[in-house]
Amino acid sequence: MGAYTDKIREIAGRLLKDCQVEMVIGFRKGSMPMMNEPCFVTRADAVDQLVWDGSCGINLANYLTGRTEARIGVVAKGCDSRNIVTHIIENKIKREQLTIIGVPCTGMIDKRRLKNLAPGEVLAVEEDGERVVVRGDGFETVHQRREVLQANCAVCHHRNPVIHDELVGDPVSEQTEVDRYADVRAIEGLSAKEKWDYFEALLAPCLRCYACRNACPLCYCPTCFVDEAMPQWVGKSQNPVDVRTFHFLRAYHCAGRCTDCGSCERACPVGINMRLFTKKLEKDAYEMWGWEAGLSLEQRPPLDTYRPEDPEPFIK
Amino acid sequence: MGVEPGRVHFSWISSAESTKFVEVVKQVTEAVRQLGPNENFVKKELKVA
Repeated sequence: MGAYTDKIREIAGRLLKDCQVEMVIGFRKGSMPMMNEPCFVTRADAVDQLVWDGSCGINLANYLTGRTEARIGVVAKGCDSRNIVTHIIENKIKREQLTIIGVPCTGMIDKRRLKNLAPGEVLAVEEDGERVVVRGDGFETVHQRREVLQANCAVCHHRNPVIHDELVGDPVSEQTEVDRYADVRAIEGLSAKEKWDYFEALLAPCLRCYACRNACPLCYCPTCFVDEAMPQWVGKSQNPVDVRTFHFLRAYHCAGRCTDCGSCERACPVGINMRLFTKKLEKDAYEMWGWEAGLSLEQRPPLDTYRPEDPEPFIK
Repeated sequence: MGVEPGRVHFSWISSAESTKFVEVVKQVTEAVRQLGPNENFVKKELKVA
């Protein structure tokens, strides 16, 4: 991982020095462990703040929406690159504006899991290949990297960037053996009543802070439906009906676009796994139209194309 | 999301197919009536201790 950091700094420095880009969007260390934050570097002598490790889970495509700079460098792991493709298809940024610094990714660390496993407050996390060392006041524990990955990273099928201009390392092997949709299938098997109760319990802690929406690269509407007052599509209260309406409508807006990058779940302050909703739609798009979002700049998404063979057994 | 399958219906009906429209409306009404009222989306007052 350290080698990635050096390479990212070298590439970013070169791009900025040669004036090939006006800025580079990457990550720098946050003020807390496992909380790396996005940063915008505009000068070649400032590239030393850029880092790469297992805490770069935020999706940087989110910071490209509607940018007007002529040339932007952006650091992108597999899922970021797929969201960049989606952004280009949806006319939120032009390919010519971007210099994509691709990062072959081996998954991001689940900060919540590490915190729960630690006997006290986590003060530092270091990664050394497959080992993740967690330090705090009076303790030091070692975990295997693959055991503390974010849930979406553990079942990721596209770890390597799908488009890039530079690559910071050799492509990593893709995980072809993992079962991507085991959790979705488990819920599909429930009865209507069980499903209702399951989601009621899942969403009970929601504060409606909208962190999931704000972290999501797909949620770029100038006025989100939850903020609109005329007409008011959804009530603004903490009532379970309103909370549920928000989560389900947001998920539907991501249908056929979601790359399961996990930013929403990562951003949630109370740890709700709202990926279950978007993942169900991702699964449907894959099974009904063989579609995975963000893999190609040429192909139009299934929800804006019509094909006579589109499945329609639900229409009577 | 926990809505009973019989509560949601989709159908293609041309503006010329008035008889099909009537048939579908009857079927839908009957199917939904059997399920009873949908209480799930009724906002209840939150319980305050």
